[in-house]
Amino acid sequence: MAPLLVLGLALCLSGTWAVDKGNFKTCEQSAFCKRQRALKPGESPYRALLETMELTNTRLTLQLINDNNKVRLLLELYRLQGNITRVKINELKPLKPRYEVPDVLIREPTTEPLSVLSQDENGVVLSLGVESQRVIISARPFRLDIMEGSDVLMSLNSRGLLAFEHLRMRKDTQADPEAEKKEEADPANQAETTKEEEEKVEDGMWEETFKSHTDSKPNGPSAVSLDFSLPGVEHVYGIPEHADTLRLKTTDNGDPYRLYNLDVFQYELYNPMALYGSVPVMVAHSAQRTTGIFWLNAAETWVDISSNTAGKTVFGKMLDYVQGSSETPQTDVRWISESGIIDIFIMLGPTPKDVFSQYASLTGTQSFPPLASLGYHQCRWNYNDQEDVKSVDAGFDEHDIPYDFIWLDIEHTDGKRYFTWDPHKFATPKEMLQGLMDKKRKMVAIVDPHIKVDGNYKIHNEIRSRGFYVKNKDGGDYEGWCWPGSASYPDFTRADMRAWWASMFAYDQYEGTMENLYTWNDMNEPSVFNGPEVTMHKDATHGAWEHRDIHNLYGLYVQMATAEGLIQRSGGVERPFVLTRAFFAGSQRLGAVWTGDNAAEWGHLKISIPMCLSMGLVGISFCGADIGGFFKSPSTELLVRWYQAGAYQPFYRAHAHVDTPRREPWLFGPENTALIREAVRQRYTLLPYWYQLFYRAHVTGEPVMRPLWVEYPQDLATFALEDEYLIGRDLLVHPVVEEGARGVTAYLPGKDEVWFDVHTFQKHNGAQNLYIPVTMSSIPVFQRGGSIIPRKLRVRRSSTCMEHDPYTLYVALNLQRTADGELYIDDGHTFNYEKKEFIYRKLTFANKVLSSVNLAPDAKFTTDSWIERIIVLGASKPSKVTLKTADGQEKQLEFDFDASMSVLTVRKPGMNAGADWTMTFQ
Amino acid sequence: MSCQFLLLLLLSVGVSAVEVQRPRGVPLSKRQFYEEGKPFTCLDGSRTIPFDRVNDDYCDCQDGSDEPGTAACPNGSFHCTNAGFRPTFIPSSRINDGICDCCDTTDEYNSGATCQNTCRELGRKERESLQKMAEIAKEGFLLKQQLIHEANRGLEDKKAKLGDVQGSKKDLEAKVEALRTVKEAAEQPEREAKERHLKAWEDQKALIQKEKESARMAEVFLELDDDADGFVSVPELLSHSELDPDADGSFTEAEAQGLLGGVDKVDTAAFESIWSNVKEKYMSESNADTPAPEETSREEINEPVSDNESDQYPDDDIPEDEDDDDEEDEDDDRDEHEYKIPPTARTEEKKDDDEGAMPPYDQETQNLIDAAQKARDEFDEAERALREVDDQIRNLEKEISFDFGPSSEFAYLYSQCYELTTSEYIYRLCPFNRVTQKPKFGGSETNLGSWGKWAGPEDSIYSVMKYEHGTGCWQGPSRSTTVKLTCGKETVVTSTSEPSRCEYLMEFTCPAICQEPPNLEISSHEHQEL
Repeated sequence: MAPLLVLGLALCLSGTWAVDKGNFKTCEQSAFCKRQRALKPGESPYRALLETMELTNTRLTLQLINDNNKVRLLLELYRLQGNITRVKINELKPLKPRYEVPDVLIREPTTEPLSVLSQDENGVVLSLGVESQRVIISARPFRLDIMEGSDVLMSLNSRGLLAFEHLRMRKDTQADPEAEKKEEADPANQAETTKEEEEKVEDGMWEETFKSHTDSKPNGPSAVSLDFSLPGVEHVYGIPEHADTLRLKTTDNGDPYRLYNLDVFQYELYNPMALYGSVPVMVAHSAQRTTGIFWLNAAETWVDISSNTAGKTVFGKMLDYVQGSSETPQTDVRWISESGIIDIFIMLGPTPKDVFSQYASLTGTQSFPPLASLGYHQCRWNYNDQEDVKSVDAGFDEHDIPYDFIWLDIEHTDGKRYFTWDPHKFATPKEMLQGLMDKKRKMVAIVDPHIKVDGNYKIHNEIRSRGFYVKNKDGGDYEGWCWPGSASYPDFTRADMRAWWASMFAYDQYEGTMENLYTWNDMNEPSVFNGPEVTMHKDATHGAWEHRDIHNLYGLYVQMATAEGLIQRSGGVERPFVLTRAFFAGSQRLGAVWTGDNAAEWGHLKISIPMCLSMGLVGISFCGADIGGFFKSPSTELLVRWYQAGAYQPFYRAHAHVDTPRREPWLFGPENTALIREAVRQRYTLLPYWYQLFYRAHVTGEPVMRPLWVEYPQDLATFALEDEYLIGRDLLVHPVVEEGARGVTAYLPGKDEVWFDVHTFQKHNGAQNLYIPVTMSSIPVFQRGGSIIPRKLRVRRSSTCMEHDPYTLYVALNLQRTADGELYIDDGHTFNYEKKEFIYRKLTFANKVLSSVNLAPDAKFTTDSWIERIIVLGASKPSKVTLKTADGQEKQLEFDFDASMSVLTVRKPGMNAGADWTMTFQ
Repeated sequence: MSCQFLLLLLLSVGVSAVEVQRPRGVPLSKRQFYEEGKPFTCLDGSRTIPFDRVNDDYCDCQDGSDEPGTAACPNGSFHCTNAGFRPTFIPSSRINDGICDCCDTTDEYNSGATCQNTCRELGRKERESLQKMAEIAKEGFLLKQQLIHEANRGLEDKKAKLGDVQGSKKDLEAKVEALRTVKEAAEQPEREAKERHLKAWEDQKALIQKEKESARMAEVFLELDDDADGFVSVPELLSHSELDPDADGSFTEAEAQGLLGGVDKVDTAAFESIWSNVKEKYMSESNADTPAPEETSREEINEPVSDNESDQYPDDDIPEDEDDDDEEDEDDDRDEHEYKIPPTARTEEKKDDDEGAMPPYDQETQNLIDAAQKARDEFDEAERALREVDDQIRNLEKEISFDFGPSSEFAYLYSQCYELTTSEYIYRLCPFNRVTQKPKFGGSETNLGSWGKWAGPEDSIYSVMKYEHGTGCWQGPSRSTTVKLTCGKETVVTSTSEPSRCEYLMEFTCPAICQEPPNLEISSHEHQEL
């Protein structure tokens, strides 16, 4: 939701439909960005003082000095386990501590030894231990190069854009200049600082005004900036959240990409404006190598990208190649943050999956969601009352469309007081929840972080009396305007506050709740309707820190406390499900994310793909967009296409604005109801595959929904593809996202691959652009030859109803007539998988034998599910099919063979899904 | 009844014990296709399979017909006999899913779900409710007949009345014409007499004016004739610089001479001939005031009025206004009156001041005026009566031609209103007119739609009313209301809701929608399924 109905806002938003860009800052309007961006590449004023170098087993430290102002910085360099280099730069002696982001890294990273290979007055060469990787620290000017053999993988400060605004005393308001001098001459300071060159005080250093809001900036300028050069790289990705292409664009002719969590009303497509969440991680890819940069800073951040090939046409590039001239392509990146320190993790790959696991080793992996949350979610602002919920629930049964969750938006509360129910509309919530439970379905109710300032509201009184609210610059409780009217914002950066918040989800605290009620955190950027850029004032305080320092982290903390609450209420047994709108690096550990308040437009359907792909690349796999579009009313065609596309995206939820007409799936005539039913059913048949991919994501950190280049890293044709993608390795999806489409052209990668249309079983060769004619029922999806995908074809009214149902294995043979896949089964909702209560099997087809082998012999779990059918795509006709089970028994199986499509269907082999078996095709 | 039922139940137990065997989930009507021991042909004829593959939990038939009793086929359906209640089909995906769907529990034979057989209870409730509904329908239908009867009578009445009124309209028209002639005849002498009177007054006014003028001329002459020699001379004139003909700041002797008609001085008689050269500009020595021209002052009074008039229509973008068009209209009317009355009064006042009152009419003229006024009043009266009759005819014609249902059974709702009070609002349905909503604790009324059309499905078009084009929603459509009609003895709004923002739904019971109740003896043939 967005601040739509607030009168003050409503008035200035008239009828036009677009983001009001004037509400949000450009780089020019953000004083530190303007200051930093005014610095142009050139010789860096920083020099490494090699004589200060100290090398211990775990780290190297070295002082840097700025020759212009003599301020010293401390550089720390660590070699981390798994081919990661960490570089930290802070002031050697800051006036007061600078913010270092806590709670994002899952643990203090394990270091590995560094050793000096050589050293002279110009610099130091360090060995990174693996292969022939070295770090070269050049002293004058300071720069840092990471090499492998003779190749430079990445250079830092090679363009001289390292900048570090040291904390300083305010000069312009000090009455006595002598007193100032005395302070400057504080013996604690370096001798050099007394000679400090007078730096000119610029506008916006000590105070900044945007629209009617003044940022008091008591700490003065504190920005940090650093440049990275990536030789050989033409493609960079990541740094969500932006409504932009998968491949990041160069920013020379516009604003940098901005990372600052904001509630952007009616966001615009294809621009670098900040949105609801921020993950300061960029992934760089070339046919040779994939690397990543993680800039661990939670303040407002801007990222500039430029490239030496950006302006060149394909012809120009060819000419370069033919003439053998020209420099190697190179991408230059520059990060600018408003406060904090420079703390970067350079992930050296070399493969995409290495980068994923390197990043996962730092910030953790995707939380393993309850199976049901991978089903379909029905949401609307708002389902009006219990009767409404009941009739929508009944509608799904009447129209035989499965769903798992129905959602309640803000109107379910008693006057926007979260943790309460409207006494008239939701008088007996437990009765309602029991009704859903009887159908094995669940509910999500919203809990936002803004708390109504109301002396009769228990939650408010408790938070206030415990002093848990964020404070304004004058020390009082910060108040802003949000859904309930005047609201305050709990300080989620405090562990004690989060613990208290978590305790509020206990069944005896949060009245009317049951175990099938889950939570949705919206507005956690945080959204403050009357705040600067619709968010919190930067000079609000969180204990010792300013909101400026922690801003991008707030949303993560809200979700962290909420997820913890759901875990605790079940005594640590049940997995939580919490959806968030704001996020940061590490949010993947906490639940699902959606792309916020999109609109019922084809462009928004289309952009949901690159937006979720970008999140997946930086760890957040559980991503989705509001099906149908939040604002405005979709045409029937758009709605159907969105249901079809959404069925193949990780988080599958329909949602609609309160002012739009109803759009439950059966309101558009029987034909469209049937189309939507079919799309949702396809989703449910594939739940076993989705679930095991999420298990994999949870274990390895690799994205569930991924760009093609992740699996085909050398195929240049895939590098900018964003109208199709892979689910796991084995399903390629090219949804129809154009109005009135008659066909789509899908690129099928891999010259040695074959791909099978999952609907017709038609086989296609890889490395081709395939034109696929489409009708309204078409959802182009292909299974990779060489894969085995388990499905459950008995689609029931919810995923929980399908728990014990049998599997059908889809074995798609490659050119070598082999295939493999996995099968993961557990109880679907508890943490017992951590106690090895699961089934994890490897399925292999080779030499005409299909077998199931236990991948986790020490795990134990039993299932009622069995294998009811095996479909072999690209098969030849066997004379007989024999099943051999673990007890040594053999039996002949019946089968059908469709010669026209080369599809072999083995009838009812019947073995338990958790058992060992082999099946021979003779 | 209960005895009969028990008997049936016993019978059914007996029968099922003896007869059996049709595969699980097969309805009686399809029993013949599933013959124990014989190969089974899928009901779509696509293939034939051994009988032991029927209900073996594997889907062999495209149409799902081989698995009527398991969940194996995605498109299968399962038949619940539901003895004691209504037999039904459920999708086979609901078999053994742990949720009790069939009241006879037969869908959950292998899921561990503990289902209670609720068919008898449901059957009883359904029969009771059917019974009740049938009674309502019966009574409602009777009422409906009465309504139809009344409507027809009403229609006849209206038609008769229309005839009457149309007849009286003719008379009235004739009367109006006659009175018009009378009026015009009376107005002719009135006009002439009034004109005479006016003329006489104007003559008199001119005379007075003329006298005033001569007096002023004489006065001016005396003032100008400084040396009191009985002549106004050029030097005497020059002391009055305001008389400078070209107003260039220098009043020359030549100019003064020009004013005096080319001579050096004039006597009283000659002054009269040049008076017109002087009188406009001359400023009295004793009183330098120039009376402002009358026209100017009147405009000045009117101007602020027109300003006010534009002010009274503030820009319509104040959001609070959206809810109450009607009240706003009334406000406008009131405002207009307030602003328009005062200036009219003031203008009249002014007129009196300047021109003096016209003397009253003489008796003869007054008599003529009174006679004419009487004729006018009578004519106006007759014309008003004619307009009323026209309205009456229009209304009657509208009512007569209005679609009040196949037998005009909904006619009685016309010009009635029905209210429902909820926790927050009072809803008001005025059939064939409009639907409104008013906050219970003060606040203005919102139009939820004006009569649009009958909007039921084709086979029962009169079961739904649609009211459209109500007050607009902010950034949204205008409000509309769908009214669903169900059979009831009483005419009453039973519920309202707003399923989508600004789209209202109202449940309305009335006898007019009641259908002739079907024969109530249904239970017996339902039980034949057993």
